[in-house]
Amino acid sequence: MSRIGTIARRTFLIGSVAVAGGVAFGTYLAKKPIPNPLLDDLSDGEAAINPFVKITAEGVELITPRADKGQGSYSTQADLIAEELDIDPASALISPGLPHQAYFNGVVLEEGVPFPGYDDSWMAETARSFMSVPAKIFEMQLTGGSSTVPDMFDKLRTAGAVARETLKQAAAQRSGHSRADLTTEDGHVILPDGTKIAYADLAAEAAQIDPVTDVTLRPPEDWKILGTPRIRRDIPAKSTGAEKYGIDFALDGMLFATVRANPGIGGVLESYDASDAETMPGVEKIVPISHGIAVVATNTWYAFQAANAVNCVWGPGPYPESSAQIWDELDAALENPDRLDHRNRDDGDVEAALNGASPVEAAYRIPFLAHAPLEPMNATVLVTDELCEIWTGTQIPTFVRDHAMKILGFERDQVKVYGQPIGGSFGHRLEGTHVNQAVEIAQAVKGTPIKMTWSREEDMTHDYPRPAAVARGRGVVSEGQVETYDLSVAQSGLTGSWMGRLTGMSIPGPDATITTGSWDQPFAIPNYRVSGYRAPEMVPISSWRSVGASGNGFLHDTFLDELIAAAGADPLEERLRLCHHDPSRKVLEAVGALSGWDGPSLGENRGRGVAFVMSFGVPVAQVIEVTNTPAGVRLDKAFIVADIGPHTLDLANVESQLFGGMIFGLAHAINSELVYENHAPQQDNYHAYEGLRLYQTPEFEVQVLNNGTRIRGIGEPGLPPAAPALGNAIFAATGQRLREMPFNKNIDFV
Amino acid sequence: MKLTVNGEEYDVDVTPDMPLLWVLRDELGITGPKYGCGIAQCGSCTVHVDGSAVRSCQLAVGDLAGGAVTTIEGLSAPDALHEVQQAWIDHQVAQCGYCQSGQIMQAAALLDLNPSPTDNDIDAAMSGNLCRCGTYPRIRAAVKAAAVKLQEV
Ligand code: FES
Ligand code: FES
Repeated sequence: MSRIGTIARRTFLIGSVAVAGGVAFGTYLAKKPIPNPLLDDLSDGEAAINPFVKITAEGVELITPRADKGQGSYSTQADLIAEELDIDPASALISPGLPHQAYFNGVVLEEGVPFPGYDDSWMAETARSFMSVPAKIFEMQLTGGSSTVPDMFDKLRTAGAVARETLKQAAAQRSGHSRADLTTEDGHVILPDGTKIAYADLAAEAAQIDPVTDVTLRPPEDWKILGTPRIRRDIPAKSTGAEKYGIDFALDGMLFATVRANPGIGGVLESYDASDAETMPGVEKIVPISHGIAVVATNTWYAFQAANAVNCVWGPGPYPESSAQIWDELDAALENPDRLDHRNRDDGDVEAALNGASPVEAAYRIPFLAHAPLEPMNATVLVTDELCEIWTGTQIPTFVRDHAMKILGFERDQVKVYGQPIGGSFGHRLEGTHVNQAVEIAQAVKGTPIKMTWSREEDMTHDYPRPAAVARGRGVVSEGQVETYDLSVAQSGLTGSWMGRLTGMSIPGPDATITTGSWDQPFAIPNYRVSGYRAPEMVPISSWRSVGASGNGFLHDTFLDELIAAAGADPLEERLRLCHHDPSRKVLEAVGALSGWDGPSLGENRGRGVAFVMSFGVPVAQVIEVTNTPAGVRLDKAFIVADIGPHTLDLANVESQLFGGMIFGLAHAINSELVYENHAPQQDNYHAYEGLRLYQTPEFEVQVLNNGTRIRGIGEPGLPPAAPALGNAIFAATGQRLREMPFNKNIDFV
Repeated sequence: MKLTVNGEEYDVDVTPDMPLLWVLRDELGITGPKYGCGIAQCGSCTVHVDGSAVRSCQLAVGDLAGGAVTTIEGLSAPDALHEVQQAWIDHQVAQCGYCQSGQIMQAAALLDLNPSPTDNDIDAAMSGNLCRCGTYPRIRAAVKAAAVKLQEV
């Protein structure tokens, strides 16, 4: 183990977040109880037994504070509470609640610890448990990192159980029975004689007693909701047009707005001339905002038209102006020992093994990527002298609130953020620039609600993208086996870029995301090293579905495949031989069985590739079969096996997320990148950033295993193996090794 | 300017070059049709005009020429589901769901013209509708299931 790695493990110097939480704040702030936010605006006769369960005269309202971006989290959060509360989750109202510390995410920072996801040693678990401390103190109510299920699995079932027992206690006091003699069913407490009392009837009494917190969670064999086939609660409304996303939200008297900000993100607006635009139809007002201008109009389309007609003089963006310059910086960082950020994997003696051997070498590039969810960024805001109300789909409600407070000089209780259903995110809504802009506009037209919508062009060119990276692999094979594996990756640090925007603080220490998905794979290679080099901050960057693993999964697995090919070994068998983690081995074995694996060749012009990446603690193996047709490569079939821990809460949804994640990975591997010129990405709409279409989509088979020790989230882990599986399959079919994404730079697809 | 949407007449005061999408969404509050790209690349704004699937971001309201507009809100009789919608629910197609109004309107128009489409027909008809979440495998299955159901009726 390298020195840096050793220090990191001993002191938990894992970026400043852990330092701040685990060490500086000690246990006092960490243990301080959090008040229940629902108690603040409770009406007579209503009970808020804990921050997640509210009983009103109408029935039960469940608070589901993690955002639903399409991954089904509202449904799953409601099901977790309902399982213990004994209600039909479909009958309960749900609400994301207002932003509050009570909804902090205790798990999301765990990915930052320098222990791989398969390590469940005491040391690793202790380090992970520390990570909830800064999350609590910094009120990180955050949706991301595939953390909703692992964070909420016990929390919400406990909230349901506490509410159930408290309602039983209320019924016990009323009826004179003992609580132990009562049962619950379908929203009612049942007395020994069969009399049913609706929860709503007990609300007033339940509100008067201390919650019963001494509860035991039901064993999985007693579950009635979790693990049973059912229709996700949002799916009917999403099939009739009835679902109201943030972009559909409306208020009486509302006006419509859009913005145009400096194409070089962070650059200033030097001057503007809106004289033509001001006379255009529907235009109510044109105002300067931070880094740009905003148009308020009677219709979003009028606002779009007028925004394009404003003449803006922009200052330069505060980073290199072209992709060519950025690649040069990344290449330089990879060669610069001073830029070594961390080396969390350093087994055996790589240097000695490379010396004197003739190593296999390969160089890789992965591009900047936009999130480009189909619903563009938007927010509806009403500002008055006393209050700021914000309706928006967001993964970071506490930060959105804090930013609005700062812009307006308001106190905490003067800003309300109402989370809305989200039309895709992939990490885009971990940012709040668009909400800040909407708050500025609403301040300029105080008293009038505005709905600010980014045009698709504004959305794609003002996204904080997935970082570009360069990498180099060097390795040695001998006697048909992979002996030495050395991977170096250089990119800018996204954690610092992102946390800087969120908190205004700089984050010292290494940035694990540079090598997440490559250093932490469950393989035992005699000489095995992964090094992260940190390039300077350039384009502001952010988390993109599966974060570090989105690029590192490709780099790690592709180079492994190259070494296996050089060794002349079978891609699946050699991965299995090297893999020491039992659930991961079972995933590899299962994908072999599912795909009928008997080697990479499938006959003339056909081939298949296998790839394996563990991310967010979920081992995932994928196989893709391709045909090299005269017009280009065709994707025929895809197989996915994942181990999500001991329980599958909603199989249909898990399958959706797995093939959806894989399709997202394939789409970008095949045809998507952002190329910067004059500080701005040249790809501003889907014609230049295509994604995958139905005709290109292969057939899918998905299998879910339950051998892992801890329950996991599934929104992201399906993505990272997609690109390497495809590249490996293309190598099998054509002999051509693709080392740069998007692949269509070097090969055609049909 | 007058127009008919889901069987109801409306009178709107907008410039004739305004795309139908923005008349529906911001003037009439009919939000099933979605804005995704504004340049005919995503299909999330798809509606029917006189029964044909149309990208409403590309049709100026002044060019509607009396055509009857149907949005997803008017696809089925009130309180009933179109077979395509039912198939979408049964197959749990939607993830974020943002593209699905357009997908469903496109599929309904396809099955109207071609009650038993081949895989290639489905590919050709549905490939203008982008789904960033990657629901395509279930879209395929749902279109086929709806085709079977519609044949039975
Ligand atoms: S919004 Fe009309 S096709 Fe995309
Ligand atoms: S379901 Fe999200 S874009 Fe299709």
